[in-house]
Formats: sequence, C-alpha cells, structure tokens
Amino acid sequence: MNSRGPLLWQLGELAEIVQETPRVASLYLDVPDWPGHLAGQHLDVRLTAEDGYQAERSYSIASPPEDSRLALTVERLDDGEVSPYLVGELKVGDKVELRGPIGGYFVWRWGDDRPLLLVAGGSGVVPLMAMLRHRSAGSHKTPARLLYSSRTFADIIYREELDRLISAKDGLTVHHTLTRDKPAGWTGFTRRIDAEMVKEVAWPSAQQPAVYVCGPTPFVEAAATLLVGMGYEPGWVKTERFGATGGG
Amino acid sequence: MGFISRGFRGKRRDTASSSRVPPGQYVVNDFPVLSAGPTPRVNLDQWTFSIEGEIDEPKRWTWKEFLALASETVTKDIHCVTKWSKLDTTWKGVSIDTLMEGVETAAEFTTMFSDGGYTTNLPLDDITGNKAWLVYEFDGQPLHPEHGGPVRFLVPHLYFWKSAKWARGIRLQKEEHPGFWETNGYHIRGDPWLEQRYWGD
Repeated sequence: MNSRGPLLWQLGELAEIVQETPRVASLYLDVPDWPGHLAGQHLDVRLTAEDGYQAERSYSIASPPEDSRLALTVERLDDGEVSPYLVGELKVGDKVELRGPIGGYFVWRWGDDRPLLLVAGGSGVVPLMAMLRHRSAGSHKTPARLLYSSRTFADIIYREELDRLISAKDGLTVHHTLTRDKPAGWTGFTRRIDAEMVKEVAWPSAQQPAVYVCGPTPFVEAAATLLVGMGYEPGWVKTERFGATGGG
Repeated sequence: MGFISRGFRGKRRDTASSSRVPPGQYVVNDFPVLSAGPTPRVNLDQWTFSIEGEIDEPKRWTWKEFLALASETVTKDIHCVTKWSKLDTTWKGVSIDTLMEGVETAAEFTTMFSDGGYTTNLPLDDITGNKAWLVYEFDGQPLHPEHGGPVRFLVPHLYFWKSAKWARGIRLQKEEHPGFWETNGYHIRGDPWLEQRYWGD
C-alpha cells in the first residue's frame, strides 16, 4: 500500500471461473483501475440488491502483484450470504463491486531473503498462494516450504499448480496433510498438525525464517503455538485467522 | 441508485436488529478471533498494568491490585472491521475512568500497549467518560487467551481492533502516534457508524 488516498469502490468484470475443488472456485476479474497490491493483501466485495440492500465481505487476493487479472479464490459456505453468490450465481461477464488492497502486515515481498515458511489450513492457503506465485515470478528465489492441511484429497486447493511449482525445483517444497482421508498411494501426512510434523517440515529456528500462518482459528492457534514452542520468536510468525462464520 | 449486483437478494437475517448494526456489518453469534501473531503466554505473577507518558507519577497495578479495583459489568455491541458485529456481549472489568482517577495530564492522545508488541492509538476523549474498560471476564468466564485474556481493552463504540488484547498499559501523549493497524492501512479513529475502516475513509 503506497497511498493514503481513499480506497474507492470500483467495478471488476468476471473474466474466468476456475473450479478448484467441489466447494471452492477462483474468480479472475478484470479491474481497469486496480491500484496494484502486495502478495498477502485482501479486498472488500460489496453486493447490492435491487432494493438497495447491501452485504460486504473481505476476501484474500490469490493473484500475485504482477498478474494483469485479479484473482479471488472463494470457498462457498452454504449458510453464507456473499460466498454462495460469488460461487454459484456470478457468471462470466457479470460485474462485482470491490475496493482494496487492504492490509499492510500479512504481506511478503521480493527482497525478503529469509527462508519462507507458509502454513495453511483449508482455504487459508489463498493469500499464501499469492506469495508463492509472486516468489515464482521473481528472479531470486528464497527457499520456501509450504505445510498445507486439507480435509480430503479432493479439498486440496491449487493441487496441480502446486505440483507444477514443485517441479520447477527452485527451492520450494510442499508438505500436505489430510485430516479426514487417506487415499491409496498417499505419501503425505494424514493427521492434524502436531509438534512432530512441524519439527519435520519447519526451518530450524537458527535460520530465523519468515513465517505466515493462515486458516481457521483453531488451526492457526495450534500452528503458531507449536512454532513458538520450537523456538521461533513470536515476531517472526504472522497470522491471519478466520472464524466459522468469518467468511459468510 | 448506483450499481446493482445481478441476481443478488441477500439473506437479511439481521433485520430485527438492523438499527444496531453499522453499515457494511453483519451479525454473528459466535466470537471470531483475529490477531496478527501467536497468542502471548502471560505470567500473572509478573503482570502489571501501567499508565505512563504525560503524567507526573506513572501509575502501576499488579494483578492483585488490579482485581481489587471497583469493577462493573457492561453489556455492549461490538463491531469488527472484518465485517462481523456481535450484539449484547457481556464483560466484567474496570472502567478506564477508575484507572484515571486523580491523573493530571496535558495529553490529548493515548497509545494502548500490549504483550506481543501490539499498539493502538486513541484520543483520550475516546477512552474516558464511561466509554472504555479494561475487562477480564467475558460472559461470566475468565477471558480466554485467544480473546485477549487475562485482560483486554473494551472500547465498543469504535471498531474492535481498538479494543487491544493482552493489555499492559496506556501511554499518555500530547500528539497522536498511529498504532499497529493504523500504520498498516487502517483508519486512525475507526468509528463503525461512519464506516471509518481504512486510510482515507
């Protein structure tokens, strides 16, 4: 964020929908006046009904700063108000009101050469994916590890893209864990995040990594506590949390 | 009327209480957690609460001394800048007015500071006059660490990031010094009824 001017509402036009999992879709938007953003930031979406009733929610930005289209990856919450509209009702060519970017803390930039540790629970992977995409587009690639917890194999968001990023062999490793599923041939973890898993995946504290944790509150609490428990300074660990109704 | 979202009707689940819900907010029944880093572990034997800065004699309370102060129970609506509002939340704690009794200061501004390094800035007028508390119980139970326990600020007339968790003190200041979120894109004052969410709102 480089300006203190007001964040104005603007219209984005839906250019493409990518179904990521049965409940999650990525919306690729053309936003002509988008002021730019940093990896990890979010934006506000505002929906307006014909009688003027409005609903607003915040969503993490999935696209890296260098992409021309803005991507949001949205999980459809069945009892939600905005997400079932974004994932289900909105069609290519429709417009949506948004403003941003928002948040100057949970961000990662080129030039931060500390080893990167990203810890994601469910759709908490979205802002972390913006960081990985941004890293991948840069010329100097800091070593990075992603520990990513999903319910089932089918719930893994960006699975194929993550496989492609790993295959570039540029210093990124991805460590999946599944909490409700154990598909045949699965070689990843199959349990909730715990001390042993964190110890196996996380950088030794002597390397003073930059850490970003995003997911539901119990997941983030568990992950952040485990990391501090293995000697990480609390100041290295940036967290972003959403509650059960946090998305809507 | 400006832009209409094609096909959007909305759930309007909050109509009964809509006069209590600021613009852009929706009502939740659970209590979401938001914080920027790990939850601090607080040792009550070493815990103190201070008022410092523009004050002749800084004031300081130990945990025991703090609990001995006159407490009150208040029921308030709270509004988080991430869009959720929670109505009729009940807290027990000490009014900032009680802590400020007898304090002479030239300060017009304050910075609340917390374990973990979090800060938030507030005009002195926004935390005095029966508008702000230092609370240690939520819903009749000791305040959970995730929600800012053992003690957090409660400044319910402003967005909830102003109600700093893990409170450790108030710095009295002649000038306004933007706090943690206020230097990271969020509004300097944060009045939910004026929808002062971000810089420039």
